[in-house]
Amino acid sequence: MAKFFAVTIIIIAILSAIPILRHTWDSPEDISTHGALIDEQMSETMAEAGIAFLAAQFVLAIFIWMYSNRRPDAQIKKFPGGAKGLVIGALLLVGAEVLALGVFGVKAWATVYLTPPAADAIPIQVQAGQFAFYFRYPGPDGKFGPIHPELSNEGSQNYFGLDPEHDPDSRDDVVTAEMAIPVNKEIHLLMHAKDVGHSFFVRELRVQQDFVPGVDVSLHFTATKVGKYEIVCTQLCGLGHYNMRAYLSVLSQSDFDDWMKKEAALQ
Amino acid sequence: MHDMSAPAVHHHAPPTSFIRKHVFSLDHKVIGKQYYALALVAALCGMVLSWLMRIHLAWTNAAIPGLQLLSPNGAPGGVMTPEYYLQLMTMHGTIMVFFVLTTAPFAAFGNFFLPIQVGAEDMPFPRFNMMSFWVTFTAFIALMASFFVSDGPTLGGWTQYAPLNSVGSVGGPGQGTGVVLWMTSIALFCIGQLLGSLNFITTTLDLRVKGMSLMRLPLSAWAWFITSCMGLTAFAVLMPACILVILDHLAGTSFFVPSGTVMNDQLLPHSGGSTLLWQHLFWFFGHPEVYIAIVPGIGIVSHILITNMRRPLLSQRVIIYSMGSLAVLSYMVYGHHMFVSGMNPISALAFSFPTLVITIPATIIVLIQVFSLYGSKLRINSASLFALGFVSMFVSGGVSGFFLAQPSIDIMLHGTYFVVGHFHMVMGVAAMFGIFAGTYFWFPKMAGRMMNETLGKIHFWLSFVGAYCIFMPFHYLGMAGNVRRYSTFVDDYLQPLIPVHRWITVAALITGAAQLIFVYNLIHSRFWGAPAPDNPWEATSLEWSTATPPPFDNFGGKHPVVYHDPYQYGVKSSVGDYVMQASPEQVATEHEEK
Repeated sequence: MAKFFAVTIIIIAILSAIPILRHTWDSPEDISTHGALIDEQMSETMAEAGIAFLAAQFVLAIFIWMYSNRRPDAQIKKFPGGAKGLVIGALLLVGAEVLALGVFGVKAWATVYLTPPAADAIPIQVQAGQFAFYFRYPGPDGKFGPIHPELSNEGSQNYFGLDPEHDPDSRDDVVTAEMAIPVNKEIHLLMHAKDVGHSFFVRELRVQQDFVPGVDVSLHFTATKVGKYEIVCTQLCGLGHYNMRAYLSVLSQSDFDDWMKKEAALQ
Repeated sequence: MHDMSAPAVHHHAPPTSFIRKHVFSLDHKVIGKQYYALALVAALCGMVLSWLMRIHLAWTNAAIPGLQLLSPNGAPGGVMTPEYYLQLMTMHGTIMVFFVLTTAPFAAFGNFFLPIQVGAEDMPFPRFNMMSFWVTFTAFIALMASFFVSDGPTLGGWTQYAPLNSVGSVGGPGQGTGVVLWMTSIALFCIGQLLGSLNFITTTLDLRVKGMSLMRLPLSAWAWFITSCMGLTAFAVLMPACILVILDHLAGTSFFVPSGTVMNDQLLPHSGGSTLLWQHLFWFFGHPEVYIAIVPGIGIVSHILITNMRRPLLSQRVIIYSMGSLAVLSYMVYGHHMFVSGMNPISALAFSFPTLVITIPATIIVLIQVFSLYGSKLRINSASLFALGFVSMFVSGGVSGFFLAQPSIDIMLHGTYFVVGHFHMVMGVAAMFGIFAGTYFWFPKMAGRMMNETLGKIHFWLSFVGAYCIFMPFHYLGMAGNVRRYSTFVDDYLQPLIPVHRWITVAALITGAAQLIFVYNLIHSRFWGAPAPDNPWEATSLEWSTATPPPFDNFGGKHPVVYHDPYQYGVKSSVGDYVMQASPEQVATEHEEK
């Protein structure tokens, strides 16, 4: 049984590795300017974790094979170097890995979260509420009108609680159910939570950020490829969480201008 | 912190009435068995919940016969609504983390064996101990009651994030009474564990018999001691957090709900609350909690491996220091659950570093365990199979943690099935394997009968292969971006992943059914198992030098004296290749801890 167990461990380890090596279920293509750093971090981590995983399972299996069912008079042997060697090895190897990944990872993280948006980034506001995303563009005046939560009304489609009658800045705001952005232009996404916690995740853009009720957080990113992508909610927000999504269209500048005109006319 | 030649515990007379013997018992052994029974019932409930979840995920419109009886609103005609899925999911997680993984390895085995392993007659505060079980039991009842209240249990996940946890029933079904019951249950659970931790710590420090220095404690005792230190500090934070949520529901406060919150087109009256405050409080508890779930398993598995390898580990001290390091570091890493939460992104880097560093003691533990196999004389039985399986699973689960420790990678993996795969591997499988290993190992001592070895091995094989079939694919799903806590998969990119979910569901149903073999084995062996000798495994620690099952005061009125390290194997003695801790026989041993 011991040898069978050893073989089983090895088979399981190899089978587990196969989908990774074959890239069967990888992230979708990266359409962001910062994603290459994240993808590289992921690949390096996968290589190191994969080697550690396979090595540990193999050594476990080999030792189970070799040291079970031994003769009763067999000698107990100690692994050369004993605990000291293993501890030093672990400290050096894992320590080096930890330092490398930790230090290297700072750059990827900082690019997304610790750099300010460009001065000419296009501001778009996204509001998450049970169970939909709505988007607001500032219009020609470049300013967002204030949000009045007490005026928020789904029935009359006043999702943001705007008061154009009394707030001139709201008059040219464009509210949409779909997000469209021009390709290769930096976007400054202002995130507002209407009710509970939600999250904004677009796999291809390599961005994920929770909405924080009571605190307006923001993200900035640039999409590099035209296409239609899904925005999904990743923070449990209630019964409709599974269905909370919107589409992100990355358009050429002219297509985006046309879209903007069309949406403005619908307000 | 010194050897005691006379135990500090006040002798309490043996119980005579049925109630005192079997219900409100002061005997740590009975309390341990009560905790075990509670964990077993909870595990079966949690497992059935997981079956319901998995069936719904694989076949979303399927009618599950009978489900409408449990909840006519939640599952009309047996077809699960989205809210009911989330409610079942919340209860699954809560039951498993609290009432199985904290209860069985720590409260059940620890209560039964810690006093015996240090040589004591009982814990120093038997009444607190009794209260700790009954408070925990009441907590379980309170939690399960939420199935039967008007709109069911809370649907906010075992993490119960704010402000969804505090806005009341306007947040969804179960968010009113369901949340209050959840918070009450967990606050009670915390009290139960605090009472237990007090006992564990004082037992370890003050009740060790003559010759039992700290370094001569078995690794399981060390694990329970370290775990109880974590328990004291972690549960002490969760309990007030739960009370604050209850106040938000019942007393008009607003600890967690900010101003400007609009639900159902109504502006809520709350203001001043912080949603991130809950996350900090919860995860400050939550991360040590998962180490509370695993550290006893590390100690128990080490204890069992040593006995079945017929040699001590390469270093006892290194394991102790590593377990201690895990415990200390566990308080510094909690923010890795909050990388994308909106907290200051610089904090993310500050939490990432200790999260990566905690890999080091975890790796050292695995290396010591694996490389102690070298040159050993490994015995294969149900207990050792599950112990070895623990090592394999701990490696698999730990490795995925390495990804999640890095904030930049977490951008892609947070909130996906990768996280679910990671924690199920370490908790749902490795920690469970620790419980199984402990059961097969200690059942003879607890019940006085042997378990059926053949059934044990069948249970092992189905569980080991089955668990990999279930949880390894979770990682692939996560890498493809499959979001977690979705009751149904409607997004375009999720459609090709549904066949993977079906595979997982089938594996889960089969693996779950295999657990019934274990339950049958437990119950059958309890009544009809072969009578167990006092030391069936030829083991050395103090629990094996007493009668089977141990008498009321553990050592029959005679206080043992400890002459040896806990794991003197590979020696030549009058009884075989080992010498028991309490044996005065002097043999040539490699190294004696003092």
